[in-house]
Amino acid sequence: MTAKPSLFPSFGRLMVYGVLALATAFFLLPLCAMLVTSFKGAEEIRSSALLALPRGLDGSAWSTAWQSACTGVDCNGLRPFFWNSVAMAVPAVLISTVWGALNGYVLSLWKFRGSDALFGLLLFGVFMPFQVVLLPMSQVLGWLGLSSSIGGLVLVHCLAGLAGTTLFFRNYYAAIPQELVNAARMDGAGFWQIFWRIVLPLSTPIVMVALIWQFTNIWNDFLFGVVFSGTESKPITVGLNNLANTSSSVKAYNVDMAAAIIAGLPTMVVYVLAGKFFVRGLTAGAVKG
Amino acid sequence: MASSLDIAGINKRFGKGDKSVEVLRRVDIQVAPGEFLILVGPSGCGKSTLLGIIAGLAEPTEGEIRIGGQNVVGMPPRDRDIAMVFQSYALYPTMSVADNIGFALEMRKMPKAEREKRVAEVAAMLQIGHLLDRRPSQLSGGQRQRVAMGRALARQPKLFLFDEPLSNLDAKLRVEMRAEIKRLHQASGTTSVYVTHDQVEAMTLGSRIAVMKGGVVQQLGTPSEIYNRPANTYVATFIGSPTMNLLRGGAQGAGEFGIGGAALALAAPPHAAELLLGVRPEHLVLQDDAPWRGQVSVVEPTGPDTYVVVDTAAGNVTLRTDAQARVRPGERVGLAVSPAHAHWFDARTQERVA
Repeated sequence: MTAKPSLFPSFGRLMVYGVLALATAFFLLPLCAMLVTSFKGAEEIRSSALLALPRGLDGSAWSTAWQSACTGVDCNGLRPFFWNSVAMAVPAVLISTVWGALNGYVLSLWKFRGSDALFGLLLFGVFMPFQVVLLPMSQVLGWLGLSSSIGGLVLVHCLAGLAGTTLFFRNYYAAIPQELVNAARMDGAGFWQIFWRIVLPLSTPIVMVALIWQFTNIWNDFLFGVVFSGTESKPITVGLNNLANTSSSVKAYNVDMAAAIIAGLPTMVVYVLAGKFFVRGLTAGAVKG
Repeated sequence: MASSLDIAGINKRFGKGDKSVEVLRRVDIQVAPGEFLILVGPSGCGKSTLLGIIAGLAEPTEGEIRIGGQNVVGMPPRDRDIAMVFQSYALYPTMSVADNIGFALEMRKMPKAEREKRVAEVAAMLQIGHLLDRRPSQLSGGQRQRVAMGRALARQPKLFLFDEPLSNLDAKLRVEMRAEIKRLHQASGTTSVYVTHDQVEAMTLGSRIAVMKGGVVQQLGTPSEIYNRPANTYVATFIGSPTMNLLRGGAQGAGEFGIGGAALALAAPPHAAELLLGVRPEHLVLQDDAPWRGQVSVVEPTGPDTYVVVDTAAGNVTLRTDAQARVRPGERVGLAVSPAHAHWFDARTQERVA
């Protein structure tokens, strides 16, 4: 810009800021409403405005949501569901990411007859509505003896996410020159050594993308959670649903709000911690030697 | 301990049946220990495919590759003990220069101390000792080229392969690195195969040159054989700059060869079919009283020499003369060919006659 900086922003600038502020408000207001409500008592919710700040910081709704709210018959709050989700999401995210990286490595750098056709078929998995596989999948889990277990959910999420992670890694690795692999082969490195020593160190941005993507999908999943879990293995999304639907005489909005925020917090934390890698990874292009 | 390399009856086809494409046909080349063989030709002539087959990155449809007498077809690249310098350098982006050079040694489980010593030696030889801690992305093109060479040299392999290693460098660096490669080859004495499309690289580096076209070796010989006795018009025009002049004509009585409107005092070899006379620009001389005449159309001074394009009844010809020559466009000049430097080709088969 060659124009002198003016004390007052131009009209165009003001419009831009105005639109951005509106958009921000649009997305943030519901969160604000949830946050302030979760710190109010039942009486205060009824008497004050939706967005009014609470009179004091009353954390009792949070501890109720965490450990004593009723989710159907049991009244242990979200805590057991939260740990179920952790036990499900962590292995499922790690396995599907590593598996996708290996698939992408083979499909991009160790092409074989029919590998492109195979990749085309795999793409169907990205766009396939998962309702289609619910019945056959439950059959398979039964055969494997994994019905209603966290192990079964991990397997389902790995398979469901594999098409997506393979797509990420395959396209990222397509930018790695074949000569790099050939050079390593001539230098005496094998399939695994090339993967660990040369390809994986180049993959940080796309690993971040796959981790965030998979964590968000798996943590937020409701469909598989409600279909394939048993009484002891329900993930937090199912727990939240049960908590909000368990009827009592008065609706405890503050507990519902606190519970919803607890359920959503891990994905938010992951985005804040690794978000910059996410954007960088999505836009990362060629690997310059 | 230089090794010999036998390329024996190599055929390579892609695809099957009627749709198959033949990219190499009956390639037979014997490379003696310590030789520097050049594979030269236009893009798509099969030279890089042949290099890949020697390296083990591709397999031939038929034929054998023997290194030191042992057939290596079917053997993975890592077991062939061959080092290769790639066109894009293919340096490992996340490793330091030292790790790049030492990677192959590490893969071969050489102890760390010995490895570091070898890396330091090679780095000193290539004058890149001060760059060992850098990443490839922090290097200039010429420095990357040196690291790529270092990676190959550190191995002390049976065979060096080069895949157009200088084509990504600017003209000045290319000349410098060309001399460097020659020096390193003379020092190490390792048998080398070098692919290029640059005829100057081919002539200056090679102890022998294989000129390829369409998957077939057109001629295999020393640089001077290729230059002085090209086997066909393709080789004749591919090597040499400006290219050789080719003139169609026929023998007229004894000791005369007729070309469009003039008779040259040249004894053509006895031959049934029409002939092509090939004359390199430096063997065509300006001679005032010559019967073959033409009009100068372009004069190109290059510094040491001047190229002159002359319009004659037999077509445009180019000649090379010294910088002092005072010719101007539009001038009429006479041209003569020295008999010792005439090349004769069959006009139909394009093959050399004598």
